Amino acid sequence: MATIQEIVSKEKPLVSGHRMCAGCGIPPIVNTIISASDKPVVIANATGCLEVTSTIYPFTAWNVPWIHLTFENAAAVAAGIETALRAFRKQGKIDTDVNIIAIGGDGGTYDIGFQALSGALERRHKFMYVVYDNQGYMNTGNQRSGATPFGASTTTVPSGRVSIGKPQWRKNIVEIVAAHRVPYAAQAAVHNLLDLYNKAKKGFEVDGPSFLAVFQPCTTNWHYDPSLTIQYSKLAAETNFWPLYEIENGKVKINYKPKERKPIEEFLKGQGRFRHLFKPENKHVIEEMQKMVDEEWERLLKLEESGVQL
Amino acid sequence: MAKLKPLTGAQATAEAMRQINPDVVVAYPITPQTPIVEFFAQFVADGVVDTEMVPIESEHSALSAVVGASAAGARAMCATSSQGLALMWEIVAAAPGLRLPIVMPVVNRALSAPINIHCDHSDTMGTLTLGWVQIYSENAQEAYENMLLALRIAEHPNVLLPVMVMQDGFITSHGVEVVKVLEDEEVKKFISERKPDRYLLNVKNPYTVGPLALPDYYFEVKRQQEVAIYNAKDVYLEVGEELSKLTGNKYPLFEEYRTEDAEAVIVALSSTAGTAKDAVDEMREQGYKVGLIKPKLFRPFPYKEMRETLERFKVVGVLDRSIAFGAYAPVYSEIRNALYESDKKPKLQSYIYGLGGRDIFKTDIKKVFEELLSGNVDSQTQRYIGLRE
Repeated sequence: MATIQEIVSKEKPLVSGHRMCAGCGIPPIVNTIISASDKPVVIANATGCLEVTSTIYPFTAWNVPWIHLTFENAAAVAAGIETALRAFRKQGKIDTDVNIIAIGGDGGTYDIGFQALSGALERRHKFMYVVYDNQGYMNTGNQRSGATPFGASTTTVPSGRVSIGKPQWRKNIVEIVAAHRVPYAAQAAVHNLLDLYNKAKKGFEVDGPSFLAVFQPCTTNWHYDPSLTIQYSKLAAETNFWPLYEIENGKVKINYKPKERKPIEEFLKGQGRFRHLFKPENKHVIEEMQKMVDEEWERLLKLEESGVQL
Repeated sequence: MAKLKPLTGAQATAEAMRQINPDVVVAYPITPQTPIVEFFAQFVADGVVDTEMVPIESEHSALSAVVGASAAGARAMCATSSQGLALMWEIVAAAPGLRLPIVMPVVNRALSAPINIHCDHSDTMGTLTLGWVQIYSENAQEAYENMLLALRIAEHPNVLLPVMVMQDGFITSHGVEVVKVLEDEEVKKFISERKPDRYLLNVKNPYTVGPLALPDYYFEVKRQQEVAIYNAKDVYLEVGEELSKLTGNKYPLFEEYRTEDAEAVIVALSSTAGTAKDAVDEMREQGYKVGLIKPKLFRPFPYKEMRETLERFKVVGVLDRSIAFGAYAPVYSEIRNALYESDKKPKLQSYIYGLGGRDIFKTDIKKVFEELLSGNVDSQTQRYIGLRE
């Protein structure tokens, strides 16, 4: 088991000079995942925050091979790279092995890129798909995505006189991915890099596709103080809003169980996207959120306990 | 020694792909392209190629995976038609910007709506501004040879751009012809190996592909891409001469058929040029001075050469198998553009024909020639062949 010191002392694949927002958790997520790879990596990046801030021509913040094509096809591009690797290895043209990683935000993963992701998982390309999940189209200014939670105010589903914000719950991407019978899928969060590192390591070691959904609070569009990113990530886990768990060969394992679950308000308060929920007339929304979070947690506990293969 | 084989246009293309033996082929079915990837899949299944083949979930992903494989250093191909090309449009636009030498056969088919699976050129004519080199093929023989040319053009260091090789849906793709196929060894030598300077799987030399270019650089990148596609013209001629030594055939920018003393010529792409040759022969027997111009390299368009050629004639009819709604038809537009600087402009007439696979016959083409020779032409109006009104 690596220590945090060992992880941070590794050479960085994403170096300083990128232009991510102050308080953004994407760089440590990316560096932690890549540092868990024993092999060289090649990265296919979907259009999004990470892509636009790390490669402003003629500069690049990447010291690993990296490609961006468009928004919805990181999984397909990664599948192409992996296929080329297999072809070269078969022909004896290359002897090194490589870990191929596709990275996208939630828009490029839950929504527009879902088809490419599902196709690549079904064909079992050996690659890792990473979604840094900031729960909306943050690169374009806080529009709703399939990952946006119930009750969040976004620019395309704003709260208003007759609207509470997004009226649906978010898509459960990890279980949808697991339904493809992939060997490893996990949900992690930016505040627990050791957990993320261990999950990435497991993902790289399996024979076939692996998937990591990493919670990444967005300081800019959730409207909170940039120094609080890690705190909000931690609160997401402590309120069971974002449970840390993994699905290994279909079996659910919860990696963190809060001793005493904090109420959802703890996570919501201070975030601009949920500010409207604290008006008296929206009290029912918070109650409903709490109910949904509790029910989901109970379901997850039962899944773990039963040992049923998803 | 080349062998004669009875092949459909789709089989001829698959045969060229077998001989090229690409590292990666990504396939998604669409009529009438499907037999290309099916024939090739059989080569993979029989182990006669080294290719890793990915039967993928959409055309958008197909070209995306090909871009990934090509950037990784592989020779990578896919094939498409019509709606498939439309679905991959976004990546069709992006691939030339990344300067990747992808070869993609396209079997021309009408675009929806209404849905129609038969031949016209609306699909590829809609991609003219995107930066692919485009070569049109008259028959299975040309479809086969153009694939070999395309690979060399795409990978030429002065070009490094993707290339589309077109053939006509069903007419060429499904019709059987006798095709002269080169020896595998000859092809292998002709195409040699792809040796990219930089590629993603060279992990010791990391490189960033497809960055964000803002107003301070985007323009320059696009200008370089434009220079590259203009370079493709000379490369086409140069590589064509080399291929000529193997096949005995010529690879001009456009083919001239019985034009030496012609008064009226028509310009027609792909399989219609074959029909037109028969019409020209019959009319020549009757003493009419008529000929045919068949564009082969359509992007980059050889304006200067076309102008110098067309200046020799009195009247030119241009046959388009697609409509540019609200504008002059695509081939006609290019011919008009080519002639703008000329002091010796021939009279021009635009004809639209064959949409959605409607047949065009020798008699239709003869009528066009008769109309051209009669002087009854108007360069500003479009006429239609075989349309019920």
